[in-house]
Formats: sequence, C-alpha cells, structure tokens
Amino acid sequence: MNVKLIGKHEKDSRACRDGLALTLNELMAEDKSIVYVDCDLMGCINTKQLRKNYPDRAFEAGIAEGNAAGVAAGLAATGKKVFFHSFGTFSSRRCYDQIYMSAAYAGLSVRVLGSDAGVTAAFNGGTHMPLEDAAMYLSIPTATVIDPADYDQLASVTRGLLNVEGVSFTRFVRKDVIRVYDEGSEFEIGKGVVLHESDKDQATIITSGIMVDESLKAYEALQAEGINVRVIDMFTWKPLDEELVIKAAKETGAIVTAENHNTCCGLGSVVANCLAKNLPTVQEFVGVQDEFGQVGPQAFLMDTYGLRAANIIEAVKRAISRK
Amino acid sequence: MNEKKLKVLAAEIRLETLKVIHSRGFGHVGGSMDLADLMAVLYGEVMKYDPKNPRWEDRDWLVLSKGHAGPVAYATFGLMGFYPMEDAYTLNQPGTKFPSHTDRKLTPGVDLTTGSLGQGVSTATGAALGNKIDGRDSYVYCVVGDGEADEGQVWEGFHFAYAHKLDNIIYFIDNNGYQLDGPTADILAHGDMAKKVEGFGLHTQVIDGHDVTAIYDAIQKAKETKGVPSCIVLNTSKGKGATFAEPKHDHSSQPKEEQWQEAIAAAEKALEDAKNA
Repeated sequence: MNVKLIGKHEKDSRACRDGLALTLNELMAEDKSIVYVDCDLMGCINTKQLRKNYPDRAFEAGIAEGNAAGVAAGLAATGKKVFFHSFGTFSSRRCYDQIYMSAAYAGLSVRVLGSDAGVTAAFNGGTHMPLEDAAMYLSIPTATVIDPADYDQLASVTRGLLNVEGVSFTRFVRKDVIRVYDEGSEFEIGKGVVLHESDKDQATIITSGIMVDESLKAYEALQAEGINVRVIDMFTWKPLDEELVIKAAKETGAIVTAENHNTCCGLGSVVANCLAKNLPTVQEFVGVQDEFGQVGPQAFLMDTYGLRAANIIEAVKRAISRK
Repeated sequence: MNEKKLKVLAAEIRLETLKVIHSRGFGHVGGSMDLADLMAVLYGEVMKYDPKNPRWEDRDWLVLSKGHAGPVAYATFGLMGFYPMEDAYTLNQPGTKFPSHTDRKLTPGVDLTTGSLGQGVSTATGAALGNKIDGRDSYVYCVVGDGEADEGQVWEGFHFAYAHKLDNIIYFIDNNGYQLDGPTADILAHGDMAKKVEGFGLHTQVIDGHDVTAIYDAIQKAKETKGVPSCIVLNTSKGKGATFAEPKHDHSSQPKEEQWQEAIAAAEKALEDAKNA
C-alpha cells in the first residue's frame, strides 16, 4: 500500500467513474483475457470506449441482468477475467441468484460492478438506490465486497480486482466525489487504511466510500474539541481486516461505523460481528437506519438519512459516554 | 454414424441411469431417461472430449441446464471412462461427487453448474462466446427442459445468442410435455415451442428425440447453419424406458424395490435386444 491522503474536502474535477473506465481501458490493452459485460449502461460510466477499442471483448447484454450475469459466469468458465456492470440495484437484487449459483457456487470469478452506491443514486430515486446491495453480497460465501471512496482508490481497486478469486462486488460513485486520496495512491484489497491515529484516541471511526470525507470532517471537529479519534478507511467490507478492527477496539475502547448503506447488514454489522466474537466493544452505527431510499439531491439525502459529519460526531460522543 | 452402435449405447445409458438412481432409491428418473438417446449421439459420435482430461481446452461442452437430469450425465460419463462407473452409484450420499444437480466443482465431465432452472442457458451461451473469442472450433451443447422454458432467462439467453451471432452453440429443448406439477399444457402452456424459438431468430428443427439418426442428422444440419444459433426441439417421452415412470411421466420417482428390479430387468433386456437387432 502506498497511500497519500489529501483530505481537504474538495470536490474532484474528475468524474469518479473514470477511475474505473480509464483503468479498465488500460488493463484490457495489457491483458487480452479481460472481458467486459454491460447491461445497456455503458453510457452511464463511460465504458462505451471499451466497446469501441475492444469490440471482441466488451459486450452489450442489453437490459437483461440475469442473463448477463450468467453469460459473465460462462465466460469465466472459458478462462476469461470478467468484469460485469449494471447500476448497483440491478447488479445485486436483479441477478442475485445468477451470481450466487452460476458464478459463486460454481467457483467462477466474476468482478461485479455496481454504480451509484447508496444515496449517490440521487435523482434516479428510491427504485435505483442500492442500500442493501453490499448486504446481499456479504452473505455469499467467498465473495469480496468493496466500497471505494474516490477516483484514485477506485482506480487502484480496479487493478487489484484482477487478483481476486471468486465473486467480488465493488459499489462505486458515478459522478461527483470529494477527493480523499492523491494520484498514485495504491491500496491492498482486504487491508484497512488508518488515516489518523494517536495514543490518545478515545474512539475509532470505521468507514468507507462517501463517508470517509464526512469522517475526516468529524475527526477535525472532534480534535478542535480536544477529543482524539482514530479514523480507518475500511474500503474492503469482506474479507474484513479483523486484525485492524480488534487492535482499534483494544486501543480506543469505542467504535463508530459510518456507511452509505443500510446499517442492518452492512459495514457496521460485519464490524460488530467481528468484535462480538473477539472483543465485545461499545459501538454506534451511522448509516441508513433500515429505511428505503427516495429521490432528491445527494446533499438532501445525506442530511435526511443522517450521513453527515455531525451525525458521526454525535455517535462518537455517545460511544465514548457508554464506555 | 453407426446407428446400431448408438442404439446400443443409448440402451446402456438407460440401464446405467436406472442403476445410478437406484443406488439412492429415488430421484429424477423421468427427465433423465428421456435424454439417453441424445447423450448416446453426443458422446458416442458427435462430441470432442478427453475422459482423462475433462477440462481439455479444445473440447466440446455439455451443459445440462435442466440440472436435475444429472444421473443421465453421470451414467454417460461413467460409460465413456471419465471415472469408474461404480463411483456414480454414490448418488446423493454424504460427501458424494454425484449430486442431484450437475456441479462443475464435483464431477469430472460436468462443464457448468446448474440446478436453478434457466441459468444454464446463459452460462452455456457465455461459454460459447468465450470459445468464439479464442477462435476455438468447440461447440457448446445445451439441454433445456420444456418446463424450464417457463423461466424468462431461457429466452434472454436465446436473445443474446442471436444478437451475438453465436453459431457455435446448439440448444436442445427436451419437449417431453411434463413438469413437476403435471402436463406443461396445464401449468403454463407454451403453445408451439418451436415457433416461439424460431421467433427469437434461432435455426430451429423439430425431431423425434428418441431417434438417434434423426438426432445426428439434425446436429449436422445445425452445424451447417452459419451466423445464427440453433435449437433442436426433441419430442420425447418423459421417463422413456423406465417401466415405473414412463406410463405416468413422473418428474421424480420413489418406486418400491420390486419395481426397481422390474425396471432394471427390462432395461437389461432392451440392451440385449439392441445388441441383437
């Protein structure tokens, strides 16, 4: 890992999806065994260029996600390294049995990509808002689940996915994202990233995706109040970096998880599961509290569902008071 | 093509299919037995495969999308030397490599995992696409149940294969007219199956699924058709050759031991008759 934190809360001028699309374009030039399958949503993540550059390896499966997932599994059986994309709702709910049986159960590697993670589905609304996508993939044995924070982390993860065996699910943001990491940052799938730590930490915020920036804001505000907290970007939800979680629990004694997902069955749940088994620790859960999504600007949705630094700050104080 | 050789092989496959299911005492007899003639033509004449190297890159593929027909595949693979035939007599025993539904991780010769109906059509289609990308002259043979064709995914798969001009896949529809709850016409009537498939743009033939020569000829015709995928609708009799299953076209059977013995004896006699014909 080679992580360069920027963390200035500034919007990236690049669209996050290009971290994926441009990386895939490079990878497909380097490795002829890579294929790409999409469900009529190439235009949404700028992967039409793949079809143009690699017409014999980038395929439209049309608006038929179940079949597309099966085709992806069949391609994998012939030795192809397969990336498969649709919106997060459709690349999880709409083809779950196909991914589960035809790919995962059958021991075939398919790299599933779900765009518009959580509330970033914004104007496509509740029907298109994946708040349970990761939950579904977390419950598939051997699956890998990833929630990158920004362009450069997504680009690094995309490269890393080539070495991931079995089914993986990467949920990502299509458009505007706050830049967290500098260019050239490299991440190791399965390893959490400690963004801030000290020997005075009173709690640890474990987070990922768009909540990393909110967590960094919370860190700064808490520090100004004299409360030190550790911040971990746990972009891989499964397999969880249990060692890092247990160490943080041991050293800080209180955990706050912050996720752009239903807190029932997401990052908070896997962390709680790990701690309950190893080192029961006070924990607070920031995220969508078992509710459906709805339409609106992302800022409105983050306010509505409690996905803000203010919610994290409150949760940290609650957690510390419960120690 | 040696018709007599294939008829003998089909009779052997029927006998072994019964023995495989008998080892557990119950199972999907109906939809296994009616595929014996197709399996005989595929493995006795048409397909490229290496029993000692089941994942040989240049092989032809078989995908039983109707995964519950596993026993007919296990009988065929055993007879073709993928493993000692007796291994398959562990059907559904704890730790077996021969589960009810075909599993690529467990059984030598099984190319793709099936069981959740409809899905084998898509994975077989994906395999055909993969073979095409690599320029292999391998064919994928995909067997679909007529009841299975209730699943929309079957038609999504056909649609994809047509759109991508996959002429290296041949789908077979085992048109036996029955599914678990009864005659397909009473469950979700398909009307004219062949016409529907043809409507999806596939080169479509309808034949007697128990006539080995007709099956062989139809496969040759399908292979001569370039630029579109092919489908061969096999009109079959569910349970063909199983004395306790064929009259009622049962989906799954749990006959008494004397019925098993009667069925096995009849299959042994059918094999002798085929040899002496």
